[in-house]
Amino acid sequence: MTRAICAIAASTLKEALRSRLLWLLAALGLGAVALAGFLQAAVPAEGHATGTALLAAVLRLAGAGVVAIFTVTSIVREAGDKQVELLIALPLPRAAWLLGRLAGCALLALLPAGMAGMLVACVAPPAQAALWTVSLLGELWIVAAFAVFCTLTLQHALPSLCATFGFYLLARSLTALQQAGHGAAQDAGQRAIAAGTDLLAFVLPRLDAFARSEWLLYATGGAADLGRVAVQTAVTVTLLAAAALFDLYRKEF
Amino acid sequence: MGRRAPAGIVALLLGALGAQCALQALVPAPATPAPALPAAPPAMALRLASLGDGPAAARLVMLYLHAFDAGIPLRALDYEHVAGWLEGALALDPRSRQPLVAAAQVYAAVADPARVRIMLGVVERAFDADPAQRWPAMAQAAVIARHRLHDMALARRYAQALRLRAPAAPAWARQLELFILQDMSELDSARAVAGALLSDGTIADPAEIRFLEGRLRELERATPRDMRERSGRPVTSGPGRCAGPAR
Repeated sequence: MTRAICAIAASTLKEALRSRLLWLLAALGLGAVALAGFLQAAVPAEGHATGTALLAAVLRLAGAGVVAIFTVTSIVREAGDKQVELLIALPLPRAAWLLGRLAGCALLALLPAGMAGMLVACVAPPAQAALWTVSLLGELWIVAAFAVFCTLTLQHALPSLCATFGFYLLARSLTALQQAGHGAAQDAGQRAIAAGTDLLAFVLPRLDAFARSEWLLYATGGAADLGRVAVQTAVTVTLLAAAALFDLYRKEF
Repeated sequence: MGRRAPAGIVALLLGALGAQCALQALVPAPATPAPALPAAPPAMALRLASLGDGPAAARLVMLYLHAFDAGIPLRALDYEHVAGWLEGALALDPRSRQPLVAAAQVYAAVADPARVRIMLGVVERAFDADPAQRWPAMAQAAVIARHRLHDMALARRYAQALRLRAPAAPAWARQLELFILQDMSELDSARAVAGALLSDGTIADPAEIRFLEGRLRELERATPRDMRERSGRPVTSGPGRCAGPAR
């Protein structure tokens, strides 16, 4: 089974590389550097900090977008070509296909995270840039796992992409949502909103704790942050993989 | 060798490209409108829109704000709205110096005392929230109040806040009040401030202590008339030139 997982992961990565992913990443990196350089020249103070924060934010968004779009379109294309049925018909557990896919997407996420890390290391302290890069990798793994789960469930590219981006926006805004829910006057409606945001916080990962710009600007990241990110990544990826497996084993082909 | 497109298609493509370029060359460049700066959204809305990345969103807010002051006089801006955006950026990234630098050095450069006061208000509120980190902007505000607004009472209030609430600020910043009081010929208050600076124990540099002791002796001998005559000299023209043991 391990060999099958490795083979599926390798084919997923090959597919990504053959779809000109490296060129796309190079173009994204160049565009992000140019945009950040241009904008940092437009402010009267803290130009370097402005460039660093915007570079990190653009690279993080671009990385999440690339990983989500590739994961969704790749699984939809595979389903359209009936390759999934072929793989499922082989004498392998269904989990092998899913874990292979997840491993392939995890390998793929190394490319945007590595590219972003190298660029960020040019403008921020190396230790903080390394922490930011590892944390971004965890964020991309979570996005990829959610995209796999969504695509298996929804089976079409557009709703899967919308759901994945919705999940990403919600998970990154979770802390702000909770603060908004708890901040205003505590009438019945407000309490219901606060309870709703608390419920969301129980089931969603706090992606705003990942790849924080303030680590790069003020060197505030440390081992505790790395530990939190690692635990959150492990728990969320396991949860999403388990949900996807549950759905896959129930599915009739 | 690959297939070639028919000559008609190539001609159509080149013709359409030429037409597009000609159209853009003939159309006059769009005039840049100067829309009014809208009011800043609430800090909570900005935080929600930041996708959990406050520092990056704070920089985007500052870029958005600076886009409005490009090419138009500062007097054309609604300073209440400017203050809202600056405070919004500061709420997104409380450690950023950029909003306060913009308030004290860019937007306070307007030739309108009412607008300058709005910017000084931004600095004062920010200083109240975090005196330890934001004393440089407050020192700048005290100097602006003294030399641009000629509002000695306001300058003294800022300088006093610096002395009392920012013990980690360097000696020159905490001595600003002393010099402002001298300029106001408030000799009793100046003596009290010099004595307080010496006795509170936060000044450890022997040269600074000697300087303050000398200044205190001078104040004890001086009459208001002496000080008025002395204040004919340029006293303070910036935080770095206010006073110091080296001079």
